[in-house]
Amino acid sequence: MREQAVLIIGATSSVARAIAVKLAKRGVTLHLAGRDVHEVERVARDIAVRYQNPISWSSFEAQAYDSHADFLQKALMQLGYLDGVVVAMGELGDQQAAQIDFDQAQRIIHSNYTGVVSILTHVANHLEQQRQGFIIGISSVAGDRGRQSNYIYGSAKGGLSLFLQGLRSRLYKSGVHVMTVKPGFIDTKMTFGKPGMFLVASPETVATEVLKALRQKQNIAYVPGFWFWIMFIIRAVPESLFKKLKL
Amino acid sequence: MNEPSSGLEQTLSGWGRYPLLSGHLYRPEKVSTFTETLASKHHASVLARGFGRSYGDAAVNPSGLTVLTERLNRMLHFDERTGLLHCEAGVTIEEILEVFVPRGWFPAVTPGTKFVTVGGAVAFDVHGKNHHQDGAFGRYVQGIKVVLASGESVWCSQQENSDLFWATVGGMGLTGLITEVEFSLRPIQTAYIKNRSIKARNLDEAIALFEEYQTEYKYSVAWIDCLASGNALGRSILGFGDHADLSDLPVAQQSDPLNVSPKRRLKVSFDLPEGLLNPFTIRSFNALYFAKQLGQDIRSIVDYDSFFYPLDFLWDWNRLYGKRGFVQYQCAIPQETSREALTQILQLCSEKGWGSFLAVLKQLGAQEGWLSFPMPGYTLALDMPVRPGLWEFLEQLDQLVIQYGGRLYLAKDARLSAATFRAMYPKFPQWLEVKTKVDPENRFTSALSQRLQIEPVRVTAKA
Repeated sequence: MREQAVLIIGATSSVARAIAVKLAKRGVTLHLAGRDVHEVERVARDIAVRYQNPISWSSFEAQAYDSHADFLQKALMQLGYLDGVVVAMGELGDQQAAQIDFDQAQRIIHSNYTGVVSILTHVANHLEQQRQGFIIGISSVAGDRGRQSNYIYGSAKGGLSLFLQGLRSRLYKSGVHVMTVKPGFIDTKMTFGKPGMFLVASPETVATEVLKALRQKQNIAYVPGFWFWIMFIIRAVPESLFKKLKL
Repeated sequence: MNEPSSGLEQTLSGWGRYPLLSGHLYRPEKVSTFTETLASKHHASVLARGFGRSYGDAAVNPSGLTVLTERLNRMLHFDERTGLLHCEAGVTIEEILEVFVPRGWFPAVTPGTKFVTVGGAVAFDVHGKNHHQDGAFGRYVQGIKVVLASGESVWCSQQENSDLFWATVGGMGLTGLITEVEFSLRPIQTAYIKNRSIKARNLDEAIALFEEYQTEYKYSVAWIDCLASGNALGRSILGFGDHADLSDLPVAQQSDPLNVSPKRRLKVSFDLPEGLLNPFTIRSFNALYFAKQLGQDIRSIVDYDSFFYPLDFLWDWNRLYGKRGFVQYQCAIPQETSREALTQILQLCSEKGWGSFLAVLKQLGAQEGWLSFPMPGYTLALDMPVRPGLWEFLEQLDQLVIQYGGRLYLAKDARLSAATFRAMYPKFPQWLEVKTKVDPENRFTSALSQRLQIEPVRVTAKA
């Protein structure tokens, strides 16, 4: 699989930064994008100073759907060619607030689901025409089962996983590979200092596993891999019992 | 949203694992979230913590939030022509070495471990083996960005806001949060050091050798046997070094002069039982170490890692001192009184059997930051496990140090008293004026600042 020019959306997230670094070490040309363009710029400059490879950046707003076509055109111009896209945006949000206030819920849905669907619509059409390329969508194990503690976020990620699954079937015949990544707990700002965290993986470990899974053309990659078994068990608990658990 | 101001409650300590304190930890991934935290005033006080390699309680804030800077580590610009690097404060010396040694650049000043952040290097104005020639880290800093208690981000340098600059260089993170630093690296031809190792039979010989070679070699350091007595008092092995030029290397190494293979890193992974480091074992170790070098004067070419960071290969060597931890007693003594003062200190160590596994003697040059440690003369560093009787012994040493016009290094300190500290740092009032101006409510504190009663001067209404 060619990976010489890659677009990373949501580039300020720790996992996206770690993936960008690993690709930069291989000499890949990168275009980074995210909502906070000042932070995106800092991540990009860092990679340029350390690895001395070609890099550009721009602002990306998940909910500004009308801007997504233009955004992709500009990124394409900077990159010259598009081998693949990593979409790492999204936010955990505040479940408590979202239960009471739909505006909060909507924000979570837009940044984790609708916004990703919007930009990937443009990306998918481009790659389908090109008949080559890859899409890595960062979903979450939280999308595998609705839990009382974070079902808004979980449902958006669950929706995203299904969207990517459908997209994978559609693009398969054009030679474009779509990979769904389902990380468990990662040592990021989402998890730091939160109670009940276990088996927390570093962003670097996650990045290494994601790129390895891409080379193996996996469809769904749980990272770290043992999360496949954890979620296998969690999915197997009958609803009649699950609803009584404080998860 | 992840509540930025709550923080994770955890037990914290410095590298010496003494004292153990409880505090709240927070790890921002952007500077802006830190500024929000400061503005929220959810915590009474804040303090930045880099890699936590200061020995005592300087990087712990038990009464408020301790902010980890490890994810604020972006390199923002590098000028290939001048060697000027502009980066965020969480970048470590190790990262700088990894990125820039292969490109022919080296930190102008490096402490004895590479596991320190640039922010920490500024906050303690760290010195290296070249201090007598080149000064401390602060000398190479072109500018610093500091977030003040007001939430305002201020750029300061020797020219611009220079009061804030000289209060922040060596200011122990108490003037504000250092977020960005611009400083220069030095060009090198190879990643190797021309090393010369000379034995000195006693302190007089050691000092004579330091003086003899002080202009010839950029780097110098002595390992000193602090338990030797009588005629052998202060016997040492001096190490001198300089960056090797290409022509200094054996032909085989000349084809790839800037790359050295990474060292294996070992872990101790358990605490040694207390009492293992006692006068007997330390005396034996020192005798062996001294005897190991057979020749009087040995020259060699070594890679920079072995020369500058001999202890870094043992990832957690602080565990060697057992659960109770240890303190490092590092004092600076002015040139005029150094021979006499060092003799007395070593005599006291030897008499009372308070030896140090690793005792290090170095030459120092002039001080720049107002609370910076160095002064023209010598510095002696002793590691002491925490045991009954230690505090009394070190207080005796404090009195000697003050008597001879010296001072202790706050990066290593865990036990000085407020009064002793003031006696050692004559520029403290000048520093305090800046602190009072930029942080009137004392938002930036540490366990060290509380112990040393460092706080802004309260303006009281006069009758």
